[in-house]
Amino acid sequence: MKRGTLNLGLTLIGIVVVLAAVGLVWTPFDPTKITGSPLQPPGWPHVLGTDGLGADVLSRLMSGAKICLLVGIVSVAGAAVVGVPIGIFSGMTRGWISDLPARLSDILYGFPALLLAILLAAAVGGSTWTAMIAISVATIPAFVRLARAATYQVMSHGYIEAARVSGIPKVAIAVRHVLPNIAPVLGVQASVSFGIAILAEAGLSYLGLGSGPEAPTWGRMLREAQDYLFNAPILALWPGLAIAVATMGFNLLGDGLRDLFDPRLREMS
Amino acid sequence: MTVLRRVGIRLAWFIGSLALASFLIFLITNKLPGNIAQVILGTNASPGEAAALEERLGLTKPFFTRYLDWMAGVLRFDFGVSYYSGEAINPLIASRFEVSAWLVGLGMLLAVVIAIPVGSYAAMRRRHADGVAVSALSQIGLAIPAFWAGIWLVIVFAVNLGWLPAGGYVSWWESPGEWLLHLILPVTSLALVQSSVLSRYVRSAVIDVSHEDYFRTARAVGWSRIGALWRHGMRNIAISLLTVIGLQLATLLVGAILIEQVFALPGLGSALLMAVSRRDLGIVQAIVLLLVWAVLLINFLVDVTYQLVDPRLRRRGELQ
Repeated sequence: MKRGTLNLGLTLIGIVVVLAAVGLVWTPFDPTKITGSPLQPPGWPHVLGTDGLGADVLSRLMSGAKICLLVGIVSVAGAAVVGVPIGIFSGMTRGWISDLPARLSDILYGFPALLLAILLAAAVGGSTWTAMIAISVATIPAFVRLARAATYQVMSHGYIEAARVSGIPKVAIAVRHVLPNIAPVLGVQASVSFGIAILAEAGLSYLGLGSGPEAPTWGRMLREAQDYLFNAPILALWPGLAIAVATMGFNLLGDGLRDLFDPRLREMS
Repeated sequence: MTVLRRVGIRLAWFIGSLALASFLIFLITNKLPGNIAQVILGTNASPGEAAALEERLGLTKPFFTRYLDWMAGVLRFDFGVSYYSGEAINPLIASRFEVSAWLVGLGMLLAVVIAIPVGSYAAMRRRHADGVAVSALSQIGLAIPAFWAGIWLVIVFAVNLGWLPAGGYVSWWESPGEWLLHLILPVTSLALVQSSVLSRYVRSAVIDVSHEDYFRTARAVGWSRIGALWRHGMRNIAISLLTVIGLQLATLLVGAILIEQVFALPGLGSALLMAVSRRDLGIVQAIVLLLVWAVLLINFLVDVTYQLVDPRLRRRGELQ
């Protein structure tokens, strides 16, 4: 059971990555075109059947995997690139300037991804971009707080003191000594945030505020499936299952990484 | 620093964050590209018509004046009028608020009621197969979108079994029985997923407590595990659980927007989405502001209660 969580997480993520990677170069059918009669049950040639209009469900699922990973990567990376330097800076300084980023992130905490995306959609119209920006901005506070707290801890170590007295500039200390030491916790956070981002994206496209009709997403597929709950409830199964597999993959990866980096916590989580 | 002083500082930050949040919302809805009047009238309207509408809506005034006007209204609980229909926004919000409040309130209550026993059980039996199974189940619950759970509850209990309505809402005043029937599925779908989150916190809090000296002493003098947990553990767990519940309440408020959509409930969320599709920015601003302020208020209250309730924090504060 030692690496079980980690391996299960990686396996689930692997499934999604393979779906997306294959979908990048090949899908059984064009995911946005009508390629058969509507509401076919799983079978051949439509392995997972067709949706209410007659588009191939597996092809749409693969195309959705692509968007799900794209939104996750862009929004988590964006949040980390903004949040981590702010957090490290705040952790390395003292006084009110050190508290300011934490206080500002408190305010951002008041803006969950979904609300921010709705606000953007109202102002400029919803798209994959507004979804990514909203999720990214909403994820920043988590990185700021974590980087700040972790930096605080690292700063009390002797090697930082040694670097400081030997005259190494602060930026170099941050990059060469602080960052590598807080990287493991940041990795755990990135994985957890990735899971949250997938859920947020699914919710947004379920509401019709994410990608347009040209890009099938899992959330959009669920929205469409809701019109056929009486005749084809199975349509509501696949996209939701995909969301759950992807989210659980990243959650487990996060848990597994935490256990790996900090064996003391193993009992706790 | 006394508790009072710390609460005072926190209060000042809280009021500042309300102001800043409202400003951000106004900035996004008013400064981003997209001419409000043109959007309302459609692309066929002449520039003259658009200018007249802008004049009527007060959009020609400077940005800051408009923001202050809006805030002055909000503080008197007057959210202005809808850009789309010209009707006052207040009655709309008042009628929608009731539905959202029931949904979120009952959802959180049910989640807590499920999470405390489930989490404690998973902690007590963590070295046995059933405890591990409960933990694994909560891991699955964590990954399931609440709206997907809602769709399946509809498929099973409304479409196949026909026991409960698939959607819609009946007010308590009209028929308490119907009210309850219409809320069971939405509240359950919100609570199921939420209880997985909470039960994981309860589990680790209970594990923490079971390592404490006072717990071991209670066991040694003859309390049963459940007795010791109930008598000595729960008070300690309650504080950290309170924090998590507060933070999760925010998640629930937003999650309710999706659940309202699944079950066609006439709450704040569905009003917000309707306003977004009509680009009715007055209503969008008002509802987003209410939700964001609610989240900030909850966080503030959690923080302050934390300081007031926990005697250890209180004493530490007095010593400093």
